[in-house]
Order: sequence, then structure tokens, then C-alpha cells
Amino acid sequence: MVKVYVPIDSAALSLGAERTAKRIVQEAQTRGIQVELVRNGSRGLFWLEPLVEVETAQGRVAFGPVQPKDVASLFVAAFTDALSDSARAHPLYLGLTDEIAWLKKQQRLTFARVGIIDPLSLEDYLAHDGYQGLKNALAMTGADIVKAVTDSGLRGRGGAAFPTGIKWNTVLNAPAEQKYVVCNADEGDSGTYSDRMIMEDDPFVLIEGMTIAGIAVGATQGYIYLRSEYPHALKTLNEAIRKANLQGYLGENILGSGHSFHLEVRRAAGAYVCGEETSLLESLEGKRGLVRFKPPLPAIEGLFGKPTIVNNVISLATVPIILDKGAQYYADYGMGRSRGTLPIQLAGNLKQTGLVELAFGATLRELLYEFGGGSASGRPIRAVQVGGPLGAYLPESQFDTPLDYEEFTKIWAVLGHGGIVAFDDSVDMAKMARYAFEFCAEESCGKCTPCRIGSTRGVEVMDKIVLGKNHPQNVQLLRDLSDTMLNGSLCALGGMTPYPVLSALNHFPEDFGLSNKEAAA
Amino acid sequence: MVGCEVGLDNTLSNEQHAQIQAHIQAHQHVPGGLMPLLHAIQDDIGYVPELVYPEIAKALALSVAEVHGVVTFYHHFRTHPIGKHVLQVCRAESCQSMGSEKMEAELKAKLGVDYHQTTADGSVTLLPVYCLGNCGCSPAVMLDDEVYGRMNTEKVTELIAEVCHG
Repeated sequence: MVKVYVPIDSAALSLGAERTAKRIVQEAQTRGIQVELVRNGSRGLFWLEPLVEVETAQGRVAFGPVQPKDVASLFVAAFTDALSDSARAHPLYLGLTDEIAWLKKQQRLTFARVGIIDPLSLEDYLAHDGYQGLKNALAMTGADIVKAVTDSGLRGRGGAAFPTGIKWNTVLNAPAEQKYVVCNADEGDSGTYSDRMIMEDDPFVLIEGMTIAGIAVGATQGYIYLRSEYPHALKTLNEAIRKANLQGYLGENILGSGHSFHLEVRRAAGAYVCGEETSLLESLEGKRGLVRFKPPLPAIEGLFGKPTIVNNVISLATVPIILDKGAQYYADYGMGRSRGTLPIQLAGNLKQTGLVELAFGATLRELLYEFGGGSASGRPIRAVQVGGPLGAYLPESQFDTPLDYEEFTKIWAVLGHGGIVAFDDSVDMAKMARYAFEFCAEESCGKCTPCRIGSTRGVEVMDKIVLGKNHPQNVQLLRDLSDTMLNGSLCALGGMTPYPVLSALNHFPEDFGLSNKEAAA
Repeated sequence: MVGCEVGLDNTLSNEQHAQIQAHIQAHQHVPGGLMPLLHAIQDDIGYVPELVYPEIAKALALSVAEVHGVVTFYHHFRTHPIGKHVLQVCRAESCQSMGSEKMEAELKAKLGVDYHQTTADGSVTLLPVYCLGNCGCSPAVMLDDEVYGRMNTEKVTELIAEVCHG
């Protein structure tokens, strides 16, 4: 019997993993070889997907990318003994998975199990330290759980980087009969997919994190607000929730503790603005996703007017390891006020894209060249957008900036959700600036004027700049408009659209028909 | 009544109407039940027919205007029937960095439609989408419920042929 792993993560499926898995089953039948096929998550090395692993006495051996046409040769050379000389000689042989440098250099805390376990096997989850955090939490007071999260230094991984423990503490101290835990899984930023990977590849860690949050602050109902573009994550989460309920990890009287926590997935409907927490809450209440004025904070008056924790998937999925290994263990990673690790998502025009979890402090250059392997097109990398469609574009001169919330603030950029999108030198930055406005116009909820009107005016001004009409005046107008949006918008959608626009203008003035001298003036 | 312009294509069979009524009943008392209800209807019928807004409104104690407001706020919800298959092409930055704009233009020409339109034979509706969470494998498209990565016009055309002709 040979144990073979073929990922079921969307990225692997998008590159043909399902066909590869089917061929392995067929080939095993034809050859009369017994194969135990495990559908694991993705290890996050997307240029090697579908990545097939074979279990051996020394650990798993990887082959990739494996297309259906490669399967027969793998049966001949590798599946009976993946440590044999014939296996090593196979053109798709990658060696022991754990020894692959790209993985070995990472510090996987939140993603510790991703790609290793069968996402829907609760037994697998438990065998890999799953639910240790919850067990510890059940023996603690709510205040002590909140203190552990605060001491870990964890900050909101959705992008705002607000200290998670402080948010929890507000909910803990808000007296109410009903409180809620809401997971923001409306991962709409281009260049990000770490939420999706957690939900598809290790769903129990999110469920555990939300359960701990509920127990800490006294919330008995949780919702995962999941974007409608993620049908696989929806299926996986619902199945994982069903299993957790059956085994007493969710529902009434969790593990006999007397605590209760119910969890439900709610589908979003394709509105980017609903990634903003108050708009998300409106949507969960069954309304148009209009942004709310703050205060009151959602921690005081959130879902249905009750105290509510709203956290991103990664923030919540990081809670179990903090409660398992201790706040200090997590806080020992990182730099400055950015503690712990950040799951970075390499995307766009890079040779080696994928999930890289590292302690804060690595530089963009290391990520783009050492991990990313440079551009996919082979041309020079000219610009990098970090932190989604509302993140700044950075030129090569800023590639040595360490990934740290404060260091990025210093260069008028954001880390956001840790997505990095690389562009080669064929990119037209004026077009990207125009696109930023276009996206904002498309997705604006319409509540505040700077965002609703400003985005459309922005597209018009950019069109004039590209045509060279009244050039200096229109560039000035672009700056004024950006200033209004930046300071006058109700939420980050309008308020941060100037980041990609002005960073493109300031770092790449030649694309806007300006000389460097004009740009400086 | 809203939906007076509904044409023949928008008429509901008795069976569809019964399905919708069952969904309304199931979601009537769910907190924030309108969104899950609209999803359930669209999952079954393919769109949210305007002519059932009054029934939804009555059951959920909302105005017809509120139901209309919610349906039209979200890109995902449709008020008219669409093609047999839905092709969503990602327009976001990561896919742009890998040449999605060229693919977009070629696909529109090949299918003979613009975004939000359906091919003449009713087989495929083309929709834009802003990120499919497959940015490590750009350009990405979604055909019905499956995501495909590292696409180009030829590959997408093949995928369409496969779903349309088995």
C-alpha cells in the first residue's frame, strides 16, 4: 500500500489537480497497485502544482508539477519506492518535501498544518496539535485569554493592524446578553489568498480560533462572512463545522465545559466594500452593505446592535497557536511593534508564486527574488503593489523596506493583508492609477461623497492626463482630488484609493507625461 | 407591481415558484435572512425574479424597495435569466500583471459579447470579477463553480467547448 497526496486546494485544482488525482486512481486500478489517496491542502508552491507527494519511511517525497500524462511514469519509477534511484532520476522529483529550501526557510505558525493534513479529517487535525489551544483556553478565565492574545502582540491581519487583544477586551467588558464573533472572510484584495487557503486547507484552525474568541468574551454565536467567489471554501467550512458539532467541539456545552458556541457560514455577494467591517455587519443583517459611521465601534454596538468581535480569518486562525504555545512564543517572532509572523502571498508576475509565512522583518527584495525568483516574464520587476488594490505601488528603490507595519507607514505604504503583486517593466503606471479609480467607482457603497463622486472624477482626470489635456492643471487637480478622498472619505475604500494613485504618480512620473523635475515640483 | 416589464423569459414555472416559496418560508425567521434567501433563490432559479420581491418583502417585513435595494447593491445577484454557463474573467491587478487585458479583449471578440452579455446561442454569460483568490496562478477565470489558473484565450476556449459539448 502506497500513500499518495494530491492537493484539493483551489489553486492546485485550478492547475489540474483533480485530473491528476483521477488518473492516479485509474492507473492504480489498471496496475493492480493499492494506493491510499489523501487529498491534502496545498503546500503553497504554486509553480509546482499539482504537487504530488508519496509517503516514505524518511518522510514525504514530492514530485511536481504532475499532469495526468506524467502519472504512468511515476508509477513505474517512484510510487513503489520514492527513495529509490529511479525515483530520484524522475524529471519531476523534488526530494523530501520538508527539505525544499522554499519551505524550509519559512516560519509557519498560522500555516503549520496547511498542506500537511487532510483538511476535513478532525483526527488528522488533533494529531497535529489541533484543539490544544481550546483545551488550554477552557481552563482559563475570559480575561486571561484576552490577556494572552494582547501579550502575543497579534494585530489585525486583515489590513488595519489594530491590536486584536484590545478589540477583544472592549467586547469582554461590554455588558450584553448576546454577543457575537464575526469572521471577515470577504477576502477581496487582489494578490491575496491566505484566507482562502486557511479555510480550504485547515478549516478547523479557524473554527477553533473563533470558538476561543467566543469563550473569551462570552459570545455564543459566530458567523463567517465568506465571499461568494469561494465555492470550495464554502463546502469545506460547512463540512468542518458539521464535524466539529458532531464531536462536541461546537454547539452546546463544548467538551463538557458548560460553554456554548454556534457557528454559521454566511455568503457574501460580490461587494468589495463589505470587507470593511461595518459594511460587512450591515450585509450580515440582510441590508445593503453601506458603511456605518464610527463610533459606536462594532465592539460596543456591532451585529444587530450587540457587542461584536470582527476579525479577519488569519487573525482568528492565529489564536489557537498563541493559546497552545503561549503569548511569548508568538511574540518572540517579528520586529518592533509587528510581532509574530505574516503569511505573505506572492502574486502577479513572479516565477515562483505562493504562500510564504515569515516573521515580520524580511525585505521585499528577499521575497521578490529569493522566494519569487524574479519576474515570470524574465523582464525587470518595475513596480510592486503591496496590500491589495488600496495599497501603494513601490519602485525598486524601496525594495529593501522590511515588512513591518511601521516601516511601511514611513514610506507612505501599507502591508495590508500581506499580498504582494509584482509587475514587470511593461506596466503602464498611469493606467494602473486610472484602474484604481475605476475600481473604487465600481465598488463604492455610495454613502460618502468623496468616494462616490471622487472616484468617477478621478477616472475622468486620469483620462485627460493620459491625453495630455491641460497637463499641469490636471495633475494638480489629481492631487487635490486625492487629498479630498484621503481626508474626507468615510472608510478605507475612498480613503485609500489615493495610495495606489499618488504612489504611481510620485514614483513613476514619466508614465504620467512628467519629467522627474516636474513631479518634484 | 415591480417587474411589470418582465418578458416571457422571466416567467416562472409552478415548480420554480414553489421552490421560491419554500425558500422564503425557510428564511423567514432567520436573523439577517434576506441575503441567504436571495442566494438560495438564485442557486435554484439562476436569478432573483423581480416578480417575487413583494412576496419576499411581505414575509420578511420589509418594503419592496428594500428588497430591490439589496438585490441591486450586490454584483452577485442577477434579476434576469442568464446563459447555461457563467464565465467570470478576473480584472484585478495580479491578473493584469500577467496579461489578462489582452485575454479579456480576445475572449469578448471570440464569444461575440461584452461583459454582462450572453452568447447568441445562450450557452455562456460573460462577467467581470475582481479577484478570484487565485493570484498565484494569474490570469485566472472561473467557469461555473471551478477556478482555472494560468489561462490564455486558447485554454479558456477549450474549457468552454468542454462544458458545452461534454
